[in-house]
Amino acid sequence: MDQIKKLTSSSLFLPLVALAALLLFNIIFVDGFLSIQMTEDGRLYGRLIDILNRSSSLIILSLGMTFVIATSGIDISVGAIVAISSAVVCTLIGGAGDGVAKQPMVLAMLASIGAGLLCGAWNGLLVAKFKIQAVVATLILMTAGRGVAQLLTEGQIITVYYKPFSYIGGTIPGNILPTTIFIALAMVLLVLFLMKKTSIGLFVQSVGINPVASRFSGINVTKVIFLVYAFSGFCAAVSGLIESSLIRAADANNAGLNMEMDAILAVALGGTLLSGGKFYIGGSVIGAITIQTLTTTMYAVGVASDQLPVIKAIAVILICLIQSKRFQRVFSEWKSRRQDRRQDFPQGKAVNKA
Amino acid sequence: METVLLEMRQIDKRFPGVKALSKVDFTLKAGEIHSLMGENGAGKSTLIKVLTGVYPKNGGSIKLEGKEINPGTPREAQECGISTVYQEVNLCSNLTVAENIFIGREPRKHGFIAWKEINSRAKKLLQELNVDIDVTKTLDHYSVAIQQMIAIARAVDVSAKILILDEPTSSLDEQETQRLFTIIRKLQKQGMGIIFISHFLEQIYDLCDRVTILRNGELIGTYDVEKLPKVELVAKMIGKDLSAMQDFGKMDDKSVPSDEVFMAAKNIACVGRLASMDVEIHKGEVLGFAGLLGSGRTETAELLFGVHEITKGELQVSGKKLHVADPMAAMQKKIAFCPEDRKQQGIIGDLSVRENIILAMQAKEGMFSHIPYKEQVKIADESIKLLQIKVSDREQLIKNLSGGNQQKAIIARWLATNPELLILDEPTRGIDVGTKNEIQKMAVKLAKEKGMSVIFISSEMDEMIRTCSKLVVLRDRKKVAELEGSDIDSERVMQAIAGGDA
Repeated sequence: MDQIKKLTSSSLFLPLVALAALLLFNIIFVDGFLSIQMTEDGRLYGRLIDILNRSSSLIILSLGMTFVIATSGIDISVGAIVAISSAVVCTLIGGAGDGVAKQPMVLAMLASIGAGLLCGAWNGLLVAKFKIQAVVATLILMTAGRGVAQLLTEGQIITVYYKPFSYIGGTIPGNILPTTIFIALAMVLLVLFLMKKTSIGLFVQSVGINPVASRFSGINVTKVIFLVYAFSGFCAAVSGLIESSLIRAADANNAGLNMEMDAILAVALGGTLLSGGKFYIGGSVIGAITIQTLTTTMYAVGVASDQLPVIKAIAVILICLIQSKRFQRVFSEWKSRRQDRRQDFPQGKAVNKA
Repeated sequence: METVLLEMRQIDKRFPGVKALSKVDFTLKAGEIHSLMGENGAGKSTLIKVLTGVYPKNGGSIKLEGKEINPGTPREAQECGISTVYQEVNLCSNLTVAENIFIGREPRKHGFIAWKEINSRAKKLLQELNVDIDVTKTLDHYSVAIQQMIAIARAVDVSAKILILDEPTSSLDEQETQRLFTIIRKLQKQGMGIIFISHFLEQIYDLCDRVTILRNGELIGTYDVEKLPKVELVAKMIGKDLSAMQDFGKMDDKSVPSDEVFMAAKNIACVGRLASMDVEIHKGEVLGFAGLLGSGRTETAELLFGVHEITKGELQVSGKKLHVADPMAAMQKKIAFCPEDRKQQGIIGDLSVRENIILAMQAKEGMFSHIPYKEQVKIADESIKLLQIKVSDREQLIKNLSGGNQQKAIIARWLATNPELLILDEPTRGIDVGTKNEIQKMAVKLAKEKGMSVIFISSEMDEMIRTCSKLVVLRDRKKVAELEGSDIDSERVMQAIAGGDA
């Protein structure tokens, strides 16, 4: 009994239940949902792998977003940073039709990540140092960022024919799984490592819960906030690499479009409060996968793509309701009232949340 | 006079793992001022929160004027006629006084808010409490004392049967307190039942008719204040017998400072905060900053700790000149600071006791290092034992501890950094007598046994006189006097604060 209680009170429990429910729906209603097959050139494919593959860049974005939100901030510029990162990498490799890279791909990738870091640092500077409200500060880059990307690509959609570039979003020859899954895994491991071996997690939570007291305890609040935005920019840049490689092009107008909203949603679904404080990396990852699963499911059962947002909204409302403390309380009160009526002593399950 | 207004019977309240209240009875008569006393964690706040609908009760009954009530939210409690004024004024400082009084229930005329009526009614309401102020000015124009009275005016106007005052005097000075008492007595005469919670014994004896004492969630008893000597009251609160109480309040000898100066501040100042301050702190010394609120005592402490930067004068630590730009710079020099406002500046509410305790130490080690979990546990457990912090376990969230235990955890946070100078700003505000005494003793002990320098700031004169070996008196953001050794007595300090000589 105690173990069950421990399990259900775990922060990951509800996000996992939501995901499990979705998967169950899929298993029942979508033919061959679980089947994984091997293609002729030795790659695995199937819906599950597809979901993981496609959720990778969202997972990475939501990692950075989780830290930002934990400091009670928000970063709505990540979509634009994705576009900038795409523009940088594609411009540097170049759109030569003969498939020759202008600059070495590694260099282009590093430059693109550098650009992302720079964007994040800019956000961090505005929020941490100049104390501009996070939404406003990142709104600047959200609107201006795509312009910057346009400038870099000179208003063109740069299509990259250099073959190895497609490996980032696709599969490296000889590998059985898409590269994106490995990138996402590496990023998650990096974050877990940071959580385990540094105190960033503690400081981020501390700043998110009570910045004044954190400062009085010697924490450099400005630095912590600056770093989380820089990290979010870094994550967005990595996502940008994946997104551009998937379409082998830099599309300044559409790369990463609205992804900031999905990233925020993933964090929220994962159980991290937008008011900051305690955060759940695992939850955010599951949240991101949940969102992608939802999209894939809808396509699979034949919902038209222009109706997708409605279905998505309904599913999100349900998931949020399940996770709402208030709703849980109302629900359990209703349950205990019903029990009271049946038997005659007034003791339901006590729900105390101090 | 003798009609029973409120009857709480056999109230039970459980929190996960803790029994906060166990079969507690509480009776309030109309027209009486009834104090609720007990140490931190005794269950006072829980009882009040059950009464005002913040927490649901697990058992027992509440009867108001003979009718059973079961408030589920503070609003429902208010509709029944139970109003609460909390320790921290919870009004909006950017709204006018009148708006604050009528917010959420504005009188309307043809669907529009009747501003004239609001203002005139607010004015009248406050005049009844002998407060004559401009109600169209925003709240932040007025002192905390006035704000407190505005909160009371609002509470009284909303409902007028029971008024709960939770530590209303903790941020008021003597004069303001008396003024508040006049108002409370006036309300008493109108037949209102008043529950008054305070840690100041004198105020209880000054104001209250009866007192109900709780300890560890259990009812100890209800007594007529007149018939209960102070010592006995304290004994009942902390559960020790009278003989052990004889030395209660008596301190061991004060610490004798060594000749070695730890820190010297020469004419330090900060624009808008401190005009001028000159002070030397020796090793092993308990130095007190006395003065009224806003006299510059907290401001000085904040300058020493680098919360604000010094704009004039210089600071020396162990003979070397030092510029403290931020708290970390001070911490590197082994300076520690327990701030005045525990909730805002001290605790990180949603973190566990363990995390709160190791926080400063971890900050000192840096963001990119990590104190191993085992060591954290060790430090936390040792602190909890040493300071006798009452927790269900070290992973309990600190916001769920009582005020005194939160304070102890914050002190533990700083002791873990091994400071040479510990600044305690109002460490005993809003906590019970027993813990107060423990903290005072601890300050002296640290100075005596470890040779630590301690700066002690408090509004309570007794406490300062008992604890400090040297007292610096501040007035109007300036140092006005320095008293040492046998010169420290309440009369001299009072005089210096009031500006008699100097």
